Amino acid sequence: MLKLENLSKVYRGGKKAVDDLNIEIKKGEFVAFIGTSGSGKTTALRMINRMIEPTSGKILINDEDVRKKNPVTLRRSIGYVIQQIGLMPHMTIRENITLVPRLLKWDKEKKEKAAEELIKLVNLPESYLDLYPTQLSGGQQQRIGVLRALAANQDLILMDEPFGALDPITRDTLQDLMKDLQQRLGKTVVFVTHDMDEAIKLADRICIMHDGKVVQYDTPDNILSNPANQFVKDFIGSHRLVQEKPSAKVVDDVMITPITISLEKSLDDAIHKMVKSRVDTLFVVDGNNILKGYLSVENITSERHRTSSVADAMDKDVFFVYNNSRLQDSVRRILRRNLKNIPVVDSDHRLVGLITRAHIVDIVYDTIWGDEAAEEVRNEASNE
Amino acid sequence: MENMNTFQQFFYYFDENGSYVFMQFVQHFLISIYGVLIAAVVGIPTGILISKYGRLSTYVITIANIIQTIPGLAMLAILMLAIGLGQTTVVVAVFLYSLLPIIKNTYTGINNINKDLTDSGKGMGMTKLQVLYMIELPLSLSVIIAGIRIALVVAIGITAIGAFIGAGGLGDIIIRGTNATDGTAIILAGAIPTALMAVLVDLILSFIERKIDPVKKNRKLVEPKIESLEE
Repeated sequence: MLKLENLSKVYRGGKKAVDDLNIEIKKGEFVAFIGTSGSGKTTALRMINRMIEPTSGKILINDEDVRKKNPVTLRRSIGYVIQQIGLMPHMTIRENITLVPRLLKWDKEKKEKAAEELIKLVNLPESYLDLYPTQLSGGQQQRIGVLRALAANQDLILMDEPFGALDPITRDTLQDLMKDLQQRLGKTVVFVTHDMDEAIKLADRICIMHDGKVVQYDTPDNILSNPANQFVKDFIGSHRLVQEKPSAKVVDDVMITPITISLEKSLDDAIHKMVKSRVDTLFVVDGNNILKGYLSVENITSERHRTSSVADAMDKDVFFVYNNSRLQDSVRRILRRNLKNIPVVDSDHRLVGLITRAHIVDIVYDTIWGDEAAEEVRNEASNE
Repeated sequence: MENMNTFQQFFYYFDENGSYVFMQFVQHFLISIYGVLIAAVVGIPTGILISKYGRLSTYVITIANIIQTIPGLAMLAILMLAIGLGQTTVVVAVFLYSLLPIIKNTYTGINNINKDLTDSGKGMGMTKLQVLYMIELPLSLSVIIAGIRIALVVAIGITAIGAFIGAGGLGDIIIRGTNATDGTAIILAGAIPTALMAVLVDLILSFIERKIDPVKKNRKLVEPKIESLEE
């Protein structure tokens, strides 16, 4: 879909920002450009939508040379998200989201419909459409910034450190959201970051840049297991390399079967089930085993006098990880959000397992004493 | 007349010459407005231009600065030599004095807009003209209005001097008062409406300025009961 051929950019004064860059990005891929500041990653990104004109080389989008296109039409067909968000303070959220459709002269109904559909994608209520950007928090503003890049069905989206200015929890949420949107809508995303965790988490392929050159361009797994040289090793950081030893597990290896209850059951049933299974939290699923929420003993005590149905009393705000994701990632999430446990779902949001804090203890134990010792302890525990 | 104090004389003058004072008031106002409007028509595009081509800005602003430093009476005298007596000369003088605040405010207004906004506008595919009228002008409008406000207040003062070269206006009444023996009341009859006009224009324009400031406008709309959806 996107091809950069022998791309170079030399700034006035002879500084080579990008030096003979060759990269191919497939349709639907999430590619992260990563590097220290001054490595040319942002310059490379901005050449794609001609915000910066290359000195030499070619950029092909669907085999068309972007230099032969009108830069204005080109930019309208490419989503663009920047770190500073750049929402127009004098326009409502609705006007901000539909800015590119407005430039493309869509009719009013089509724009309205797009705005209403889009805001649902990022879990914000429709009433937010009439607010102004200053009334939203930074994280909410960047959600709108992302929507604005999707509004005209752009297939290619360029993101320049979009989550760099957000706090860690908001950043985490937005990363999940972005990855989800990208996969669901099949967008091709080129993403600039200097955060290795972010790149590993989001990208299908990572392009590590240094002094305008590509040092390594590969999948996160390959980069972590076979760093091309010492620079890459230093850049990844030794702690991440350790994590990627063969012992690294996916959540499927360790997850346990969660205790569930279906939506239509009553709170009395829920209490019985909790007592019987000796747990304080039940996961609520519908007939197809799709995760809908969770019900803790706190929910029951506080909601008991108000309702008797599980569906009304449950907490819908439930965090989950997908199966086949790395155990390390879910651990980070449990710790950062201070959760007791985190359910594991498959790609259709069906509940398949549960990771608990006990697993974190196992991991910490593993990294200190290794696998064997951990097995022994577990055996001892089960014998008693 | 001799048995009246200044205040009584003042009101007596208004009573007798009310329509005349009003006529001069309107004329005074119109001369100022014409000069400022022409300056706005020339100055706003100039301000936009120099904000795009930074190198021009030093020259243009220096020239406007020099014009501004010429004393009002001297300016009128010079202009009178070139274009003769009458209202046109005063309108031209007002125009010249209004250029600096209008050009400078347009220039700063546009230059102070966050570069990220124009950058993201351009990145979304706005043409240069669209960036100008969808982002830069709406966001700098209140600063531009502030420039017009300053220009108009200065203009009212210049127009008052303009009476010396036969332009009429409230300055005419003031000069009449200075020429008359015991003319304090007549001077006041010209000076007070002039001051009033300047204060009113300032108030009204600063109200408009606040009204159209996009950021201040939004603040008023904030509903206190918006719960953050962030976790």
